[in-house]
Amino acid sequence: MAEPVLQIRGLCKHFGALRASDNVDLDLMPGEIHALIGPNGAGKSTLIKQIAGEIAPDAGTIRLAGRDVTASGAVARARLGLARSFQVSSVAGEFTVLQNVMLAVAGRLRRTYRFLRPALADTKLTAPAREAIARVGLADREGMRAADLSHGERRTLEIAIALALKPKAFLLDEPMAGMGPEGARSLTHLLDGLRHEAPILLVEHDMDAVFALADRISVLVHGRIIASGTVAEIQADAVVRAAYLGEEDA
Amino acid sequence: MTRETALNALLGLGLLAVALTAHAAGWTFTVTLATKVAILALAGAGLNIALGFGGLVSFGHAAFFGIGGYAAGILASHAMFYEPLVTWPVEIEGTRAMPVIWLVAMAASGLAALAIGALSLRTRGVFFIMITLAFAQMIFYFAISWPAYGGEDGLSLGVRNTFAGLNTLDPLSFFAICYTLLMIVLGLTALLRCSAFGLALDGARQNAERLKSLGIDPTRVLLTAFCLSGMVTGLSGALYADLNRFVSPAMLSWQTSGEIMVFVILGGVGRLFGPLAGAALYIVLEHNLGGVSEHWQFLLGLLLLLVVLFARGGLIGLVAGERRHG
Repeated sequence: MAEPVLQIRGLCKHFGALRASDNVDLDLMPGEIHALIGPNGAGKSTLIKQIAGEIAPDAGTIRLAGRDVTASGAVARARLGLARSFQVSSVAGEFTVLQNVMLAVAGRLRRTYRFLRPALADTKLTAPAREAIARVGLADREGMRAADLSHGERRTLEIAIALALKPKAFLLDEPMAGMGPEGARSLTHLLDGLRHEAPILLVEHDMDAVFALADRISVLVHGRIIASGTVAEIQADAVVRAAYLGEEDA
Repeated sequence: MTRETALNALLGLGLLAVALTAHAAGWTFTVTLATKVAILALAGAGLNIALGFGGLVSFGHAAFFGIGGYAAGILASHAMFYEPLVTWPVEIEGTRAMPVIWLVAMAASGLAALAIGALSLRTRGVFFIMITLAFAQMIFYFAISWPAYGGEDGLSLGVRNTFAGLNTLDPLSFFAICYTLLMIVLGLTALLRCSAFGLALDGARQNAERLKSLGIDPTRVLLTAFCLSGMVTGLSGALYADLNRFVSPAMLSWQTSGEIMVFVILGGVGRLFGPLAGAALYIVLEHNLGGVSEHWQFLLGLLLLLVVLFARGGLIGLVAGERRHG
């Protein structure tokens, strides 16, 4: 069996009496989209932040591409190939679409400490950035300030930035949030093709997207993974229905 | 050519024209004033790298200005009295050669910026302002209580330091030196801003968390910018010492930090030629209103208030409109 790209074992995080992560085990295998679902307050965001290296777990280990990164910071994890998108669009608003993506390319190629050469004339930065922008369908928005984009376009820009990092694993935090049905459909299509480049750990509320995309689903409730399985298994799981899906049916 | 480029050219050529006209008319004092504008603009250009591009509100740039000034003063005074700076393990003599002094001033202020920045960048916002102020005050009191180099009385350089092939005591020649350095630094700053580093620096100002997720350490980017910033302000301090042929702890005082910040804010934070516009306006006000009333700074305060309330882009923003990226 292939080695997981991302392997989480026994992850615990407490905030006072609140167990935000309670002994979480999670694997992300090559080529898959692994969806993480759960009601609000289940600890999804806390888990994402621990995986991204923004907060440290109290216990447990996180391995990325076979390396123990539990003690590494966000910068080191990004450099090891973890591309994270943010729940609330977190692009540099004053930058154009192209500049936003170029910054990601500069990070990946370690071309940040070049002081005198105009970045826009550096094809090593612009070419991969334009390629990523074209793939998400924002080519005609390249010169627009990120702050002037529509909400959906900004979400798509997040994906372009993640793509430009050519990562080993994607960590996408509610990429569909706030998207209209049209936008959600095209983004679903885009993510569908992405899994073959690098597996995706997808945190998402949009169940249509999750059921359409996920190879596996893990359900997080009160910081615990209460079920993990294929779409069919999760849909049939009585515990999950009671704890989570049931709420939506009601 | 954008409006801002045209305005920048106008400001750059304007300062040159003022100096040349004044020289032709024999108004030596005006040439000296123009030189002062160039030097103070350079100090502001240094701060602008940290404050304007990196969003680091440093209230301690007098430290670098003063360190540059003392570098010039100390080297020159040792050369003047033929006393070596150090005798062990190797003997190092003082010098009167400006290029050497500039390099030493930039190295010293750069190292100071590295140390101060490394500690201060653990914080941001208001705490960063306070820590940079605290460090500058420490250096200020150190200079005051160090009798070897004049203590509170400051240190005289005697005659102006030398630059091969030029008579630096000739006001126009010294202006030419300062003006050329200012233009070189502004040119390099323009390149810096468009470079990959400039992109990362602007990114660190806008969204440090995002930068981390791209594998770029924002603190390292900001520290690098802070060092460059300190070096430029240090260079201007060395020139300022030579302009006055005198260094004193006043160069290190918090009022000096405030003045450098005023140049940047008046001219336009993050605008390439903002410090030049700001320093020029400051000197014009000081020179014209200072004669009318010693309370001219009340008017300066009023002006600053208006800029902060109604014209965030400063003078440059008022004329050229909002800054465009890319």
